[in-house]
Amino acid sequence: MGNLQHHSRTTLRVNGKPHTLTVDHRRVLLDLLREDLGLTGAKKGCDHGQCGACTVLVDGRRVNSCLLFAVALDGCEVTTVEGLFGDGEEPHPLQRAFLERDAFQCGYCTPGQICSAAGVLAEAAAGHPSHVTDPVAPSGEPVPLDREEIRERLSGNLCRCGAYPRIAEAVEDVIP
Amino acid sequence: MKEFAYVRAGSVEEATSAYASHTGARYLAGGTNLVDLMKLGVEAPAALIDVTRLPLDTVEELPGGALRVGAMVRNSDLAAHPLVRDRYPALSQAVFAGASGQLRNAATTGGNLLQRTRCPYFQDLSKPCNKREPGSGCGARDGVHRDHAVLGHSAHCIATHPSDMAVALTALDGRVELAGPEGARSVAAADFHRLPGDRPEQDTEIRPGELVTGVVLPAATAGLPSAYRKARDRASYAFALASVAVVLRLEDGVVGHAGVAFGALAHRPWRARRAEEALLGAAPTRAAFEHAADLELDAAQPLRDNAYKVPLARNLAVDVLSRLTDTALTGRAS
Repeated sequence: MGNLQHHSRTTLRVNGKPHTLTVDHRRVLLDLLREDLGLTGAKKGCDHGQCGACTVLVDGRRVNSCLLFAVALDGCEVTTVEGLFGDGEEPHPLQRAFLERDAFQCGYCTPGQICSAAGVLAEAAAGHPSHVTDPVAPSGEPVPLDREEIRERLSGNLCRCGAYPRIAEAVEDVIP
Repeated sequence: MKEFAYVRAGSVEEATSAYASHTGARYLAGGTNLVDLMKLGVEAPAALIDVTRLPLDTVEELPGGALRVGAMVRNSDLAAHPLVRDRYPALSQAVFAGASGQLRNAATTGGNLLQRTRCPYFQDLSKPCNKREPGSGCGARDGVHRDHAVLGHSAHCIATHPSDMAVALTALDGRVELAGPEGARSVAAADFHRLPGDRPEQDTEIRPGELVTGVVLPAATAGLPSAYRKARDRASYAFALASVAVVLRLEDGVVGHAGVAFGALAHRPWRARRAEEALLGAAPTRAAFEHAADLELDAAQPLRDNAYKVPLARNLAVDVLSRLTDTALTGRAS
């Protein structure tokens, strides 16, 4: 253990359960989830915020967990792909759609794709436009998601197998 | 990564005094660039002063019609804000043209301004870089520099500033608000970033210990037709090869006000003052736009592999000026 000045007690709620840990300040959320809590759904791809494989939801918003120091998230609510479907046995509709569409090959990017898509649905429902949204679309109203919107909004999630067409179809399937 | 102390600041005063009392401190906001640079070894702070919980996370209207955006407003919230979308479309468009959804959810307004260049030599400790290690040389000048500067570069540095947001702020006559050991002040967005000269390690005019507390968008450009257009290697999630932000007001059939700024051409957002002067009072024709863009880009000094940026930037500017003219004349976006 290093100097105490370099560690802090931190509490996170992960998938609804509180966890209090003494973390090295260098610990990023991704490593905390995988190494300390055994939640290996979020994947380490590039570890530099470029590939999206580590995407989770923090306080309901999608973020790259490899770029967040855990100590700075004290008191935050984290949802990983393991927690998306809550306590029930039924998978989340996005997980079901990815299965039905066979929207992956190796599957390494899939947890990040699914968490990111969950964030996309919430953002569009909250009226967040995107780079491809018509600029004259009214502010604050839910943004309809077509194929172009889905592709733009999920551009932070790389799939090196190239399963993009089916990923976009799977997300289309769950649009309300 | 080296170990570091961590302090969570509850107020601007707490943040600036914590910074002063920790040698080798850095402010931590969204972390999307700083944490990456720490992983790369480019940054090795002894202490991080976390400013993400400061009460600077709102967009508020000021008396007189200006808009203040707190430094901790996340990029996604800034770009989606109805007042920003309605009054300063170029700013919203610029932010949505950058990064990814995940990064915009974390990155802050202040952090966006203070992000470092993505020059690969800056990010690679095994390469010379005057910005990272003054005096070590510039690997890019005779190396890989397709993405680098064509305007305002120096023998010491040819890096570009990567922000899209800052380009729009510059064209819109935004201001950057700062707080530091010597009190609060504000700087025009156009003057906030520097040219490299012989001090490329200094990206901005910020002083030691100063914290960006917000940006202010003036009433004068509120509601004017404005737009941002970016050229890049992919349709999404890539840094600009060239970009332009334009705000335009027509009066009695001629240009009454033009704010033009280029991105990805220089060490800072490039305010195109010569082009603006040429446009002022001119009829809004394609020929006038081409003339103005050419006047500005006359100063370009392309490197071996990036001369393509000059016509690219010219064509972007002419296109956006033309489309904004249509908007101004017809009252709707074309």
